[in-house]
Amino acid sequence: MTHKVLLGPDEFKLTLSRLCYELIENHNSFSDTVIIGIQPRGANVAARLAKQLQHITGNKITAGNLDITFYRDDFRHQAEPLTAFDTTINFLIEGKKVVLVDDVLYTGRTIRAAMEALLQFGRPASVELLAMIDRRYSRHLPIQPDYVGRVVDTIQSQKVKVEWAEHEGTDQVILLEQ
Amino acid sequence: MSALSVQHLLGIKDLTVADIELILSTAKNFKGIINQPIKRVPSLRDVTIANLFFENSTRTRLSFELAEKRLSADVVNFAASSSSVSKGETLIDTVNNILAMKVDMVVMRHPKPGAGVFLAKHIKAKIVNAGDGAHEHPTQALLDAYSMLEVHGSLKGLKVAIVGDILHSRVALSNIFLLNKMGAEVVVCGPPTLMPKFITSLGVRVEYDLMKALEWCDVANMLRIQLERQDIKYFPSLREYTMLYGLNKERLDSLSKKITIMHPGPINRGIEITSDVADSDQSIILDQVENGVAVRMAVLYLLAGQKNISEA
Repeated sequence: MTHKVLLGPDEFKLTLSRLCYELIENHNSFSDTVIIGIQPRGANVAARLAKQLQHITGNKITAGNLDITFYRDDFRHQAEPLTAFDTTINFLIEGKKVVLVDDVLYTGRTIRAAMEALLQFGRPASVELLAMIDRRYSRHLPIQPDYVGRVVDTIQSQKVKVEWAEHEGTDQVILLEQ
Repeated sequence: MSALSVQHLLGIKDLTVADIELILSTAKNFKGIINQPIKRVPSLRDVTIANLFFENSTRTRLSFELAEKRLSADVVNFAASSSSVSKGETLIDTVNNILAMKVDMVVMRHPKPGAGVFLAKHIKAKIVNAGDGAHEHPTQALLDAYSMLEVHGSLKGLKVAIVGDILHSRVALSNIFLLNKMGAEVVVCGPPTLMPKFITSLGVRVEYDLMKALEWCDVANMLRIQLERQDIKYFPSLREYTMLYGLNKERLDSLSKKITIMHPGPINRGIEITSDVADSDQSIILDQVENGVAVRMAVLYLLAGQKNISEA
């Protein structure tokens, strides 16, 4: 398996900062906005964004994680059941502006499941989607992100992985060839 | 990704430590789900489950039914008393007729030990044992373990006393298997007549003195005296049983530490446990019931998730 770096540590930092400022443009003080990362990998993005936004704006950012395992539509299409992660939403989303966050947007099925899971917690005022990486032309559903870190063209056999300093040692995005 | 090593849940005996850990960790996720404002997830929406109860049950049947509904499965219920079983139909015929109506999973309680194992050999559906005679009651042991974990954090080294009618108790047997596998220490306590021969070969210690067992343990699981299974008299009177093996507030307060009180239900108040103990803050009896739904959701989810279910 070969791999190619799509975003190195410097570009990674720049991209995250840009996403933060794009969010600030639309959400100002974040008083009515909550950031929700989709488990497992979207949680990393949400945590980093929340930390950075708090640093830039000086306001408290409400952030949580959403597990979508039980809402997936490919249950029993996999060889084995998927292991679930924790949902940590310790706040109300009723009437809030929600920014759903994931690392890689591919078929859009995860986002569909996430929207269904999210609605179990109430009726948000609006839901937006932020993706670090958008693998365009590969959608199975009519879902498009509102904020994108980087758009990439990929084929099905490839895999895009977002790596984090906290977990893998380096902030970078890599393209894996099978 | 991980999966159970078994195709059916027939007993704790067949499970590995990894299986038990997987079920308990999945149950934790489902406990989060059932405490959400909307408690339903769509995971099992194309799965049909038949609940076959050849023996009376309130808690287990309701708990399974709620678990199934919260996973969005289609549910059919069957009680032996109001069915063709009373007309002489055999177990396999009954179940095959139900399966002909395209049922994917069967949850069964049966008065005969091994009924689930027998069925699993003869029919093509996932079987979950909801209690078979005095043999096993695996989901009860799993929810007991989950409840103990919630209070004590770990099962390893935990000291558990199982008190009462050990001889007729499927809850005791499943609990012993599970607690042994997970590294807990078990003492069984009860009248000698209700103690199975060779029970120590399962790796447990026998204690006939209730106070000694209580003083030793962290958790006391008080079992019900199953009068309906007792074909002969095993002790002179219920009053004498209560005097020797009943748990009351004075006994509980005389202990040097606070122990956790469990009971699989239904409670015979005033016999194995008094009301003030059952309703005290040391009792986690109602938490056990709540956890039962989450644990059963986990079991159904993990079994149904195995791919071959529709071809079965």
